[in-house]
Amino acid sequence: METLEQIRDRLVARFPSAQVTLVTNPGAAAEHSLLLDAAHAHDLALFLRDDPALMLDYCSNVTGVDWPDKEITDVTKTTVPDPAGGPPKIVESKTTRLQPGCLEVVYHLYSMALKHGPVTIRMRTTNRSDAVALPSLTPVWRSCDFQEREVYDLYGIIFERHPDLRRILMWDEFKDYPMRKDYVEPDDYEWEPTAHGAVLERAKAHQPTAAVTPSKEGGAP
Amino acid sequence: MTPFQPSTLGSQLPASGGAGPFGGPAGPTVRQVHDQFHGDLLEVSMGPQHPSTHGVFRMVVTLDGEQIVKLKPVFGYLHRNHEKIAENTTYLASMPYTDRLDYLCSMSTNWAYALAVEKLAGQAVPDRAQYLRIIMAELTRLVNHSCLVGFLFNDLGTSFTPLLYAFREREKIIDLFESLSGSRMMCNYQRFGGCRVDPTPEWLAAASALTDNFPRFLDEYERMLTGNEIMLARTQGIGRLDPAHAVNAGLTGPVLRASGVDYDLRKVDGYGFYPKFDFRVPLGAHGDTYDRYMMRILEMRESVKILQQAFKELPAGPIMDPKAKLRGFRPKAGEAYGRLESPKGELGFYLISDGSPNPYRYRVRPPSLINLTLLEEMCLGHTIADSVVILGSIDIVLGEVDR
Amino acid sequence: MSDPAANIPQAPQAGTPVATNLPAPTPAAGLPSEALSPSNGAKEGNISDAEREELRRHGILMTSFEELYNWGRTNSIWPLQFGLACCAIEMIAAATARFDIARFGAEIFRPSPRQADLMIVSGTVTKKMAPQVVRLWNQMPEPKYCIAMGACAISGGPFKQGYNVLKGIDRFIPVDIYIPGCPPRPEALLNGLIELQKKMKGEKLTGPNAARFTRADMPSEFPIPAYGAHDLEPPKNDSVWTPPKPEAKA
Repeated sequence: METLEQIRDRLVARFPSAQVTLVTNPGAAAEHSLLLDAAHAHDLALFLRDDPALMLDYCSNVTGVDWPDKEITDVTKTTVPDPAGGPPKIVESKTTRLQPGCLEVVYHLYSMALKHGPVTIRMRTTNRSDAVALPSLTPVWRSCDFQEREVYDLYGIIFERHPDLRRILMWDEFKDYPMRKDYVEPDDYEWEPTAHGAVLERAKAHQPTAAVTPSKEGGAP
Repeated sequence: MTPFQPSTLGSQLPASGGAGPFGGPAGPTVRQVHDQFHGDLLEVSMGPQHPSTHGVFRMVVTLDGEQIVKLKPVFGYLHRNHEKIAENTTYLASMPYTDRLDYLCSMSTNWAYALAVEKLAGQAVPDRAQYLRIIMAELTRLVNHSCLVGFLFNDLGTSFTPLLYAFREREKIIDLFESLSGSRMMCNYQRFGGCRVDPTPEWLAAASALTDNFPRFLDEYERMLTGNEIMLARTQGIGRLDPAHAVNAGLTGPVLRASGVDYDLRKVDGYGFYPKFDFRVPLGAHGDTYDRYMMRILEMRESVKILQQAFKELPAGPIMDPKAKLRGFRPKAGEAYGRLESPKGELGFYLISDGSPNPYRYRVRPPSLINLTLLEEMCLGHTIADSVVILGSIDIVLGEVDR
Repeated sequence: MSDPAANIPQAPQAGTPVATNLPAPTPAAGLPSEALSPSNGAKEGNISDAEREELRRHGILMTSFEELYNWGRTNSIWPLQFGLACCAIEMIAAATARFDIARFGAEIFRPSPRQADLMIVSGTVTKKMAPQVVRLWNQMPEPKYCIAMGACAISGGPFKQGYNVLKGIDRFIPVDIYIPGCPPRPEALLNGLIELQKKMKGEKLTGPNAARFTRADMPSEFPIPAYGAHDLEPPKNDSVWTPPKPEAKA
């Protein structure tokens, strides 16, 4: 099978207006992926499925990932000449900026006809709050049907042109998107005999007058 | 005896003319009665508590008489937020949770997770451990397929007899698992870089003897079941699955191979030491329920062959890689997707690491969930009794569907 | 035990009226005199266990309606076929030939709650499933019992920290027997069943300690929680379960 760079070049050659970026995977597995833009993703997917050299007819796995907003501190060092005539001083100034987070969906594609793979493609939303729509690839690979519904249910990504987008694992009246990193569970207080950490905090909130002896400070499991 | 009186039910309908069977005018025809009173569709919710749904699974079935017009599966009744728990626990601490995903096949689920983490961290596995993993995975395949056939025949109505035979064999195999790993079902046996416990020579001898006797059980089982005319009448031609649709819908495992698609990860990916073993991959011709049943039987016979080879060639050596870290395991940032051929299909784990002891994203690719994608297509036009049999032949386990 | 045996010439035939040649039970016949006094709990006029044993040896069965009723119920408990998760496999294994729940009378797993006496909640109860569990419990007719099998049914188990896991089915329905384990072995389920049988045998039908199902003031149906926007509403039934109080340690 050709490398991801070659696939990317062919995709860009075929769809010149599409933005296809190679995302390198730093770990030992070296499974790099292609980041597709939302506007052309459907056409790119059809190409990947039907191209005779690739024949990626099997979409194995659809995953949602939540990248929350991150505060990034930039440290810039500037050289300031000393007004008193001595050696120039180096002044560090720190600026923080907010890198906006996004929701991402990752597809792992294989070929059953040619028995090769995987080719990993990703799509990212613009932000995590209001622009969370992405094109659905269910018309291309039917296996994305339930998996995209699950990503919608747990992350809140809205898949446009999905034939039946509704919650799949949680009940329909549920309002939150539980797998997001900022999801807060309902306060389901229950005291445990070996209270530690978060349970102890919640215990104190609910029963402040009871004398609760904390156990030895155990760390996270 | 009073002369037979036609019922007044049909008196609103026009008489069909001619004489009735007992004298007097003929009543309405069956067709007329059917069209008048039975044109309504009936929506039945099968489950989540139902004897035949293999767990807390719900099918909302719309029926026209007995024929299925629409079928929507509903799940989530066992959604135990395994993936969210995994984000808050270390990699090794998630291993016992993988036992509880597909609770009939804990050994192969453990291996799939270990495979993914070893891919993520670039961890090697010693030879003996690879052979042991294959032995455990194939024993698990024997357990799963024989129990599945038992459950399928429960759905067909034989009410427990084949299941008792299957559970007899399962008890023998999980006795072996218990003496090895300490637990019958939740074995928690694989580690990143090898296996947890080294089997003793007595254990290997007992397992080898069980493997050699297994074909006799399969012959007994087949003698009871395969040529059974009720079974043939109820499973042949039921729930046909077209191979092109199956590939597009991402179906894997025996369900896919029963439709004739040659895709077995043990051959395609060649993970572990499977390329060293000589075994065939059975393929079905029609894609109906009977083929799916026969797939399991044939795969069990192939598993016996693999096991016999594995017991003969098992090398001595360590079972854990000496460089494997059990404590303070922090794989470098990156991601990996590791998959293997579990008895139900392609079981994959997708892990994103950010360098911390807990995974950033932990995803299970559940074969049972994706194999349900075409449930509606397979059941349309069949009766409601057939839908139970089709569901049984797909082999779902709700722990994996809902995670 | 002495001699009233010697006075009885032969065992009476089945169907003949009881106590034809029986000597009046007197303390002098070797029977403990406390047997008849009200202080040991037996009401005046009742026959003691020792005398009953004696009668039984001659083919006369003397029992109370309560015992007979409890004996019949205890040895034919029909469970509801209700497996949720992994513990369900061990429940099925308990019903197979090796562990054989049939010898306890519980082989018939009823598919319908209307025909079942016992609900074995085996497996994790999720919040999505909880209303159905309570609905099934309400549909079971009295006398009914509940066994919480496995850590998940008792308290949420290994999945306790979860947005969809109900932390124990006893938040909504009363549980009679708890069987810990993950999963408990089939022998543990049989042990739980035996404990339930002991509990059922000791149930009284009348009097101040009468069993729950005889009393009209005790509820046998419980409100079904509704799906809320973030959690079940209500998240627990306060009349059935309260969180345990932390112990005040000195």
